[in-house]
Amino acid sequence: MNAVRFEHVSKAFGTRKVLDDMSFEIPKGQAFCLLGRSGTGKSVALRHIIGLTKADSGRVFVEERDITTLRGPQLGDVRKHMGVLFQNAALFDSMSVGDNVSFPMHRHTAWRAADIRDRARAKLAAVGLEEEFDTMPGDLSGGMKKRAGLARAMALDPSILLVDEPSAGLDPMTAREIDELLVKTKQGGTTLIVVTHNIPSARAIGDRFAVLDQGRMLASGTIEALDASEEPLVQAFMHAQGGG
Amino acid sequence: MSETLPRDVIPQLSVVDRVGSRALGVCELAGAIATFGAKAVVEAARPPYEMREVLRHAYEFGYRSAPLIITAGVAVGVVLSMHTRASLERFGAEAMIPAALAIALIRETGPLIAGLLVAGRVGAGIGAEIGAMNVTEQIDALEATAVDAFKYLAVTRIIALMIAMPLLTIMMDFAGILGGYVAETAVSGMSWQLYLERAFNYVSYADIILATLRTIVFGYLIAVVSCYLGFTTRRGTEGVGEASTRSVVMASVLIILSDVILVKLIFFFYPVVSA
Repeated sequence: MNAVRFEHVSKAFGTRKVLDDMSFEIPKGQAFCLLGRSGTGKSVALRHIIGLTKADSGRVFVEERDITTLRGPQLGDVRKHMGVLFQNAALFDSMSVGDNVSFPMHRHTAWRAADIRDRARAKLAAVGLEEEFDTMPGDLSGGMKKRAGLARAMALDPSILLVDEPSAGLDPMTAREIDELLVKTKQGGTTLIVVTHNIPSARAIGDRFAVLDQGRMLASGTIEALDASEEPLVQAFMHAQGGG
Repeated sequence: MSETLPRDVIPQLSVVDRVGSRALGVCELAGAIATFGAKAVVEAARPPYEMREVLRHAYEFGYRSAPLIITAGVAVGVVLSMHTRASLERFGAEAMIPAALAIALIRETGPLIAGLLVAGRVGAGIGAEIGAMNVTEQIDALEATAVDAFKYLAVTRIIALMIAMPLLTIMMDFAGILGGYVAETAVSGMSWQLYLERAFNYVSYADIILATLRTIVFGYLIAVVSCYLGFTTRRGTEGVGEASTRSVVMASVLIILSDVILVKLIFFFYPVVSA
């Protein structure tokens, strides 16, 4: 069974085509990395999976449900199975870190407040932030925000975790810590969909990869297949940043 | 066009073009805000009702605005009392000062000034807060958490301000009357009891109720405009600042315009109030 499937998805903003007849499948339990330079449509593809952006044509399936036709509560039901780690973590800055992690549980479960608090503490402990439960997001470093964002994304133990640029703006050591957390999450059976332009990070996390350019998929497959690709742009990209 | 029309016509056309384009822009914005406000009304009737958020915002908007409203009310009352005295003294009608002040405050000055103050304090805050959430992807994060961001952020604030606004107006009215009393007693030594008696001699319940309920519309307009501008914020922190400023300006203009219409409607349906 596929976790996510794109069928001939196209999207344009004004006259600029961002996704151009894109099709791919992501099997359950795998880590899929969408690679490409900035502005090639990676994050837009991710937004289509969450249902934050609607395709102009084509269909997007999440766990075999066509989300291009879903609205309101039906779309909400699908989203409850997904966790999202945004590029800048997007923590709710009016709430403490603990409340950020508790928030999805308060909204979508009937658990008692004390249980939610314990579970939120456990989620924060899993990313090494157990001491920061009452800290406000504004007082965290970039790496800590990412980890807190990951804890919130994992609050409801989603079957699919979407991650937008996990290493953006982080030093190499912190980026590595985030990568390790994502690998651990994948080992727990969660399907990972990671958007990145950081090749070493993608190599550490991914099982399957796709390289995008100008909204089109240039190549896809395992890391070996991409390394062996004769497409010049794919070669240039895969061997950039010491990635090869 | 420059090849077919005389050269001297072009600047005028350019002005017409610009004015027309600006007018269309204003119509488009008004339409978008009206659609946003109508959607809020529809969504407010649908579960989940987010009562906790509504009460939290009502408390924040009401309680936190109260010191400003009371201070402004007292000051307005003092100033109105001094002006009223200066005018009525000429006709030997000083005894009417409390009544004139109460009528002016309760019917018009209190609701209008409370509306404008809340537009400045709460409207700017809503525009900036939701705008900042928008540009930092927090609204997307809410949606991704399977929460209806429109309902959670906008509808709750709109209902909360519709609740808080009449309460703040009542505070404004009574603070104004208190301020008027302080000014009056300093000059004439009038007692509080006599002042109140004279103040409410010419004020009916209809005056108080209709004027105060009018501010529910002010609350709705302030919150709808501010939420709309917050939700449509672009261009990072610059856009957040712009959303905040535009919220205050647009809400203030809408309050004044709607006040004219509402007063006319009240006079039409309840002629006794205008007497």
